[in-house]
Amino acid sequence: MQFSERWLRSIVDPNLSTAELSHLLTMSGLEVEACDPVAPDFAGVVVARVLDYEKHPNADRLKVCRVDAGGEILKIVCGAPNVVEGMKVPLARVGASVPGADGAVVEIRRATMRGVDSEGMLCSARELGLSDDHGGLLVLPDEAMVGADVRDALALDDHIFTVKLTPNRADCLSVLGIAREVAALTGAALVPPPTSPVASTTDATHPVRIASPAGCGRFTGRVIRNVNANAATPEWMRERLERAGQRCISILVDVTNYVMLELGRPLHVYDADKLRGPVVVRFGHEGESVALLNGQTVPLADDVVAITDDSGPIGLAGIMGGESTKADLDTRHCFLEAAFFFPDAIAGRARRYNFGSDASHRFERGVDFDNNLAGIERATRLIVDICGGEPGPVTDVIAELPARPPVRMRVARAQKIIGVPIPADEMAGIFSRLGLPAERVGSGPDQAFVVTPPSYRFDLVIEEDLIEEVARVHGFERIPAEPPRAPAAMYALPEALRSLHEIRDRMADLGYHETINFSFVDAAWEADLAGSSDPIRVLNPIASQMSVMRTTLLGGLLSVIRYNANRKLPRVRVFEVGRVFLRDATAQDGPLGVAGLTQPMRVAGAAWGPVVDEQWGVPARPVDFHDAKGDLESLLDPLSATFEAAVHPALHPGRSARVIIDGRPAGWIGELHPRWQQSFGIPSPVVVFELDAEPLQARGLPALQEVSKLPGLRRDVAVLADEHIPAGAMLERLREGLPPIVENVEVFDVYRGKGVENGKRSLAFRMLMQDTRRTLTDADADEVVATALSLLEQSFGAKLRT
Amino acid sequence: MDDLDGVVAEALDVFAAAGDPASLEQGKARYLGKAGRLTEALKSLGKLDPAERREAGARINAAKERIEGALAARRDALLEAEFEARLRGEAVDVTLPGRMRARGSVHPVIRTWRRVEDIFRSIGFAVADGPEIETDWYNFTALNQPENHPARSMHDTFYVEGGLLLRTHTSPMQVRYARTHEPPIKVIAPGRTYRVDSDATHSPMFHQVEGLWIDENISFADLKGVYTDFLRRFFETDQLDVRFRPSFFPFTEPSAEIDMAFSSGPLKGRWLEISGSGQVHPQVIRNFGLDPERHVGFAFGSGLERLTMLRYGVGDLRLFFEGDVRFLEQFA
Repeated sequence: MQFSERWLRSIVDPNLSTAELSHLLTMSGLEVEACDPVAPDFAGVVVARVLDYEKHPNADRLKVCRVDAGGEILKIVCGAPNVVEGMKVPLARVGASVPGADGAVVEIRRATMRGVDSEGMLCSARELGLSDDHGGLLVLPDEAMVGADVRDALALDDHIFTVKLTPNRADCLSVLGIAREVAALTGAALVPPPTSPVASTTDATHPVRIASPAGCGRFTGRVIRNVNANAATPEWMRERLERAGQRCISILVDVTNYVMLELGRPLHVYDADKLRGPVVVRFGHEGESVALLNGQTVPLADDVVAITDDSGPIGLAGIMGGESTKADLDTRHCFLEAAFFFPDAIAGRARRYNFGSDASHRFERGVDFDNNLAGIERATRLIVDICGGEPGPVTDVIAELPARPPVRMRVARAQKIIGVPIPADEMAGIFSRLGLPAERVGSGPDQAFVVTPPSYRFDLVIEEDLIEEVARVHGFERIPAEPPRAPAAMYALPEALRSLHEIRDRMADLGYHETINFSFVDAAWEADLAGSSDPIRVLNPIASQMSVMRTTLLGGLLSVIRYNANRKLPRVRVFEVGRVFLRDATAQDGPLGVAGLTQPMRVAGAAWGPVVDEQWGVPARPVDFHDAKGDLESLLDPLSATFEAAVHPALHPGRSARVIIDGRPAGWIGELHPRWQQSFGIPSPVVVFELDAEPLQARGLPALQEVSKLPGLRRDVAVLADEHIPAGAMLERLREGLPPIVENVEVFDVYRGKGVENGKRSLAFRMLMQDTRRTLTDADADEVVATALSLLEQSFGAKLRT
Repeated sequence: MDDLDGVVAEALDVFAAAGDPASLEQGKARYLGKAGRLTEALKSLGKLDPAERREAGARINAAKERIEGALAARRDALLEAEFEARLRGEAVDVTLPGRMRARGSVHPVIRTWRRVEDIFRSIGFAVADGPEIETDWYNFTALNQPENHPARSMHDTFYVEGGLLLRTHTSPMQVRYARTHEPPIKVIAPGRTYRVDSDATHSPMFHQVEGLWIDENISFADLKGVYTDFLRRFFETDQLDVRFRPSFFPFTEPSAEIDMAFSSGPLKGRWLEISGSGQVHPQVIRNFGLDPERHVGFAFGSGLERLTMLRYGVGDLRLFFEGDVRFLEQFA
């Protein structure tokens, strides 16, 4: 809602500065988003009339004008092309200050221009900072008084208020509505615009019928014959409309807009000669359509209220009028409509057609159903005064009006909700200032108010609505901000579950930077990286590359790597913790679930570039599968996982593994498939992993193992085996088959090449032995080594490397 | 051998002059070796009569001890010097950079998320999270926004297949949590949210934190107390003004927009919108499965990006979602 301060102050004029008024509105719930002066500061600029002019003797483009500055004739040199004798223009007199570039102020001095003295400057709109128009002098209206200050002549000491209204305050979608609020908050007198009846001078009427009372509750109409639709919109009205952000169109339309802005009463004006038979308001029928004022033709539906005549639909009720019956400059007889449409019958319809209008904005929030007559009379007065014409009698058809059942507010309940013992007397005063008829009932702890909401308030239905009014007018600022008293119950987190934050910390410690990537991604990423041909689609994506819900976090991480690689960073480690979205026909609605899909939390990392930042004394080496695997194992610790070679659409087929935790698949690790590396435009290999967060979080409590006080033994043994035999399988065999004194077995060296036959590799195992009850002997160790060799030989054909 | 003192003095000079162990051993031979001066002197004792011999022997032995002592001292000194010389040779350039394993970082918005959790946990709030693809009922209807409600246009909603949507706020978690817990209900629910909006100051995906406290007597004044305290703890300053401004949300009443302004620093005096809040609407309390006559309380929803930007002076929202490591690493 945008309006000029002067317009508001013509209805209520509290003793407040502009800034104070703005603060008052904001703090009462009518947030002032902007409050801008209509003109920059300038002074000493007056209305002058050009008496005559002659060409400058020494300059082709300049003129020497004689102007009347109000009893004083001055000589002004001027270069504007639009100078005519008799025109009224702004004159910055000597000593005037006008706005310069970048907020500077320029003082006008007596000047000599090419040998001719000039006693001031005639100004364009741009030179006064009023607009960007620099095509010529600003032409002032004829009624401007010569010698008057231009600020007064153009009412420039004014501000444009832009108020961001919440949807419940439809009553403030007008200058009168805002004024009512200001009057309630300040006690200043309210002087509403005149709406007294204009006597009819003809008996012309137009028949009206409400066929769908569920859509239209009231339809008030009036014919005005013989209007001059070409009359100019008066300057005062044009100024108020423009400062309210409304473009002037023609006087009949301008009047309806003016009354809507002033009283909050939407009107529509028809060309009475274009109406075919009675105006009937009814719900539309499938198959019908209507051509609207905005040039669109839209289909009707059986839940859209239409204005119709014998020709069919001629307008969308409460939203927009039709092209076929519109009033224009040729209109002679007009028909005014002031209707009430129910919010439920209008809400959402304009949005369905992908446009909105000032009328639909108001009707869907609720329009006063008691000001139809006032609106018609105000519009009639303005039209008759400006365009002439003969008004007929008012037709007022009432089908059904919203009920306004009284609302009861308990004083004690209000005090409990607000948390402040506001006295009942103060509450009574608040209702009275708001113009809400309130009856005080009961006494003591049962005291209550019974309020009958006025026709313009659609937001007062339940007790809390009134409590809010009390709190608001009492002033939120006056409610103390004190910490509540509550039982000091402790709140501890389960120790056996690590939080996602702990997982993030671990990833950061491992050198990875956390990123946050969009949950909707390119469908191509899903196909390539997840083999997902049927991800959940977003029906109204903002861009085609954000059209499906991700089933993997990899795409986002890879695009981040590309982003950084393009910026010449040599090494990138990134991760994300976030949800993916998977179809699951078995999933049911539940406390934390939505039927048909699951939304598990995942943790994913991506590593690209050298193992460590390039630095002195450390050889450079690109990251590989096992570097990332080491990171993943550190992340898991104290959990451990097994890794099974397996194929995944995103990954290099020979360098990828399924990660298994506690016997269950928990995710993947691998080198990005070279094809996707290329399609992402990443210059060298990337290793990625992605795990479900849940198994990762279940870290368990530490389960203590006895620590032996006796020295342990260590034996290393290297074997030659076929190079395709997975080390993991051999380790697993050893861990199962060796006696319990073997506490740990690890692979500590892998060798291929000289001294090892082609197709084979040497694997060196380290076995740590420990017994808590006795000191182990060499014989114990030798026996373990022998067992190990025989296990490896039997199961894998591996031989001791000699 | 009357000049023993002279021999000792001479030996000490020779030892002192020896610059390395080899010349020291040569010097030792001249006095204590087989043909050394003191060895010779001891040999010559046999020619003396017994009385002289004892006395001379004692003198020679005393001299020998002095020389041996000097020799040992000199040996130690030379070894020490040699050791020090070796250590000097082992010196490194301490100004060269240390070998680094790069550290990563936690995302600034998550850092804020976590601090918000910590602050509210400290007064006993639980933390909850839930689905991002939501049903219309939880996102709107349960929160008192039936279809066609004008308030729905305040949220430009992303819809997905199956009549579902991407939650436009974290408020559905109020309903999900309250329906599965008994009062007193004290919970915050941070998480991702989505709206069809993308420009310099809006991201189609962003983060909110929802707060909910329902008990038998939790009032609007309590909301003011809790949230004001939260902001002062979050920004670690009391140089902060907080104002509650009447507003409208379908699921709270009275409703307030919360603004804050720093009373010092570069943003001094500017009111910044930080949160929507209010007393939970009785219809929503009923949708929680509770009786609004008995249970009342407040809810709020704040933007985590906004808090993060103010906390760390981040001027551009887009930085949070670009993944530029040069930005992220500043939060290590």
